[in-house]
Amino acid sequence: MLELNAQSIGFLIFSAFTIGGGLGVVSSRNLIHGALYLILSLFGAAGLFVLLSAEFLAAVQVLVYIGAIAILIIFAVMLTRSLTRLGEVFNKQWWLSALVAIGMFVLILVGVILPVFSGMDTSGVSPNVATTIDLGVALVDGNQYVLPFEVASILLTAAMIGAIVIARDNE
Amino acid sequence: MVPLWMYLLVSAALFCIGAYGVLSRRNAVAILMSVELMLNAVNINLVAFWRYLTPQNMSGQAFAAFVFVIAAAEAAVGLAIIISVYRNRRSVVVEDVNLLKG
Repeated sequence: MLELNAQSIGFLIFSAFTIGGGLGVVSSRNLIHGALYLILSLFGAAGLFVLLSAEFLAAVQVLVYIGAIAILIIFAVMLTRSLTRLGEVFNKQWWLSALVAIGMFVLILVGVILPVFSGMDTSGVSPNVATTIDLGVALVDGNQYVLPFEVASILLTAAMIGAIVIARDNE
Repeated sequence: MVPLWMYLLVSAALFCIGAYGVLSRRNAVAILMSVELMLNAVNINLVAFWRYLTPQNMSGQAFAAFVFVIAAAEAAVGLAIIISVYRNRRSVVVEDVNLLKG
């Protein structure tokens, strides 16, 4: 059984945030509530990143996801008040979608997680972890990820220009 | 430490919740939020595998960082498309976006 120390209690709390927030996102009728649940879920994932000793990614998660994307979504919700047919939240195939989602979860659980990774033993995990400095070096090192890094910058610029062009009011 | 499969379980559950939202919601903004949930599940998976299998090698964290970039770009363009559709059709329900339907 899982021994209860600070790390495992933190894991349980943060995964409850993550899963509960996700359930709130897909089920809430009011989209502003859905966006707030999304922030809760993203915060839980940031906590999981801290537990996995990826502090930089946790900070990026809070800054980029909660600080930018969630706020962008709230803006979009407020800009697009839908006045027609607010009655139904889900479409007609919602039971089929639920079947597909549950089937996929069971498939992943039975097919991959339980047979391959089911050990409780974590003594083989190395306590030495690469730091944020290593991540920064890896992103600009010519032998590692400098090309994807630059391509990502171009992608962000293209997405920014594209978003402005698409959403512009061309009167 | 918490064993690896618990992280994978959380991540798989979050991914399937997001997939259900994408497939079943009618509002386009809700679908976009569900896509964000799925991208987050992938990120948790990447970072968990990085921590447990190759903590010295930066590949897992670097890939997670690129997923952040893709998520930001996707959210910006997706919300721009939703606002543009709303301006033309006065609706964000995906079933109303049927201009190309035969």
